[in-house]
Amino acid sequence: MTDSAALSVDGVSKRFGGLVAVDGMSFHLSPNETLGLIGPNGSGKTTMLNLISGALKPTAGAIRLYGDDVSAEPATEIARRGVARTFQIVRMLPSLTVLENVAAGGVFGHARRWGVELDDFARSLLRRVGLQVAPDSPVSTLTYIDQKRVELARALASEPKVLLLDEWLAGLNPTELRTGVAVIEQLRSEGTTIVIVEHVMDAIRSLCDRCVVMNSGAKIAEGTPREVLADAEVIRAYLGDANA
Amino acid sequence: MSGSGERGTLPPASFAQDVRAALVLSRRDQRTLLAGILLLAIAAMLPVFSQTYWLSIGVSVAMFTVLATSWTLFSGPTNYIALSTAAFFGIGMYIVGGGLPYAPFPVLVLIAGVAGALFAVVVGLATLRISGVYFVIFTLGLAELVRQIVAWGQHVMGTSSGLYVLLNISDRTMYWLLLGLAALVYLIGWLIGRSRLGFALRIIGNDEVVAVHCGINTARAKVILFVISCTFASITGALVAPRWSYVEPSIAFSPFLSFEVVIMALLGGVHRLWGPLVGVIPFTLLWEFISAKFPAQTTMLLGACFLLIVYFIPRGVVGLIEDLVHKGMRAKDGHD
Repeated sequence: MTDSAALSVDGVSKRFGGLVAVDGMSFHLSPNETLGLIGPNGSGKTTMLNLISGALKPTAGAIRLYGDDVSAEPATEIARRGVARTFQIVRMLPSLTVLENVAAGGVFGHARRWGVELDDFARSLLRRVGLQVAPDSPVSTLTYIDQKRVELARALASEPKVLLLDEWLAGLNPTELRTGVAVIEQLRSEGTTIVIVEHVMDAIRSLCDRCVVMNSGAKIAEGTPREVLADAEVIRAYLGDANA
Repeated sequence: MSGSGERGTLPPASFAQDVRAALVLSRRDQRTLLAGILLLAIAAMLPVFSQTYWLSIGVSVAMFTVLATSWTLFSGPTNYIALSTAAFFGIGMYIVGGGLPYAPFPVLVLIAGVAGALFAVVVGLATLRISGVYFVIFTLGLAELVRQIVAWGQHVMGTSSGLYVLLNISDRTMYWLLLGLAALVYLIGWLIGRSRLGFALRIIGNDEVVAVHCGINTARAKVILFVISCTFASITGALVAPRWSYVEPSIAFSPFLSFEVVIMALLGGVHRLWGPLVGVIPFTLLWEFISAKFPAQTTMLLGACFLLIVYFIPRGVVGLIEDLVHKGMRAKDGHD
């Protein structure tokens, strides 16, 4: 079971001094699956994502990518093995053009291209995420959702085996949100393996095959979105005791 | 470990691929190369017109062009302000000064390049994980440290505090040597700009976190560029050593030199390969003027220049030129 998993997290903890941000988390992700990682603010979701992408090293436990233990590898190596991500607060490369921002993801990572081939691929990704601006324009002219599209296209440029989206839908207005959900839905239908950290419940319901719910760094529930959102402990974690 | 071998559907990037990609020249690249060669040929004719005053200024301009441009190769894209030019320049100078009785000049210049590169690898690996102001201070301290070590070494060996560099090289020959070196800096800088390495550096300069998550080995990229940059400083020091017939640590490792290089590069602009050149020429002329008219106030005026440049032309002369061109184009389009 574990060996066929695209990603398996096994007893992973992360301590910052006395604070246990992630506490013995275990879950796995099958190929072509979309997994939602949800939980109240401060429950350790982003830390968990940072552990998977290698931005942080786990204090204990193992993270495996298609069976290979990558817990001790630096972020660069994990990116090269096929994990790509977006960031909670969008990170543009301000002095690069839109096209270069996307191309940056496709040169040094998992799939590698250069020259005309890279250019063509980056352009095709811009179309795929629905960006309709001139590829040579500076990123400073982009709207917020378009910056998010560029970041997503950059992550896709490495043809990742596992795509990590850290609140990719946060901060979008209702119209943009519909568009954003459609973009991810499209990726999902193409068979991309995705971990989504998200607060927007509607999006989680429509996008995720399964959900893992975190509270205070630990897993409190796992199952289909419908199951976990009906779970008494999950409701208690989000809304407090009186509502359970 | 099956995972490490699978890097997607495409073969891993190879150096040969990079070289091949770099050799495919568009019409625009050909024009750039041709213009470069033409400018080089014109610059090489300077000794025909002057053998004395202007030639000696030409030597200074060529020297600072090499130093400021190679400095920019590393510091431009990464935004790491290195004040270590003097350390490497001094090493080159001392290798020639100390080695002349034992080996021919060209061999010593090569040794200086290799020694500078090796030292830069060590320094780079040790310091490039620190950033911002700490890196600046470290590199400034480095020149001072090397200077103290050299001075101490000379003291222990019981030699005088300096070295005589007794080699007769005409200003004309030195000018051509430095011009050749400058051409090499431009060629390498141009090739880097077209390579994956150059792209990696630009990404690192923008956001190192993104760079790491794009799969860039940031430490390696930075060290390579730092080494290239420092090697040129070392070779330059070696080449110009005969210009000073007597070198001592305070001349060879003068922190003043490091600052001059930074000021010239910033004055010109660090986001274009030719940027430093348009800083070096006016600054060298200005400097000639200042040291001739106000020999006692040079340091103060250097400081004043620095303030004025940073305050009024933060993007350098290149930025000014680009703004003007931009404005001109808009005026032509009838938008302005």
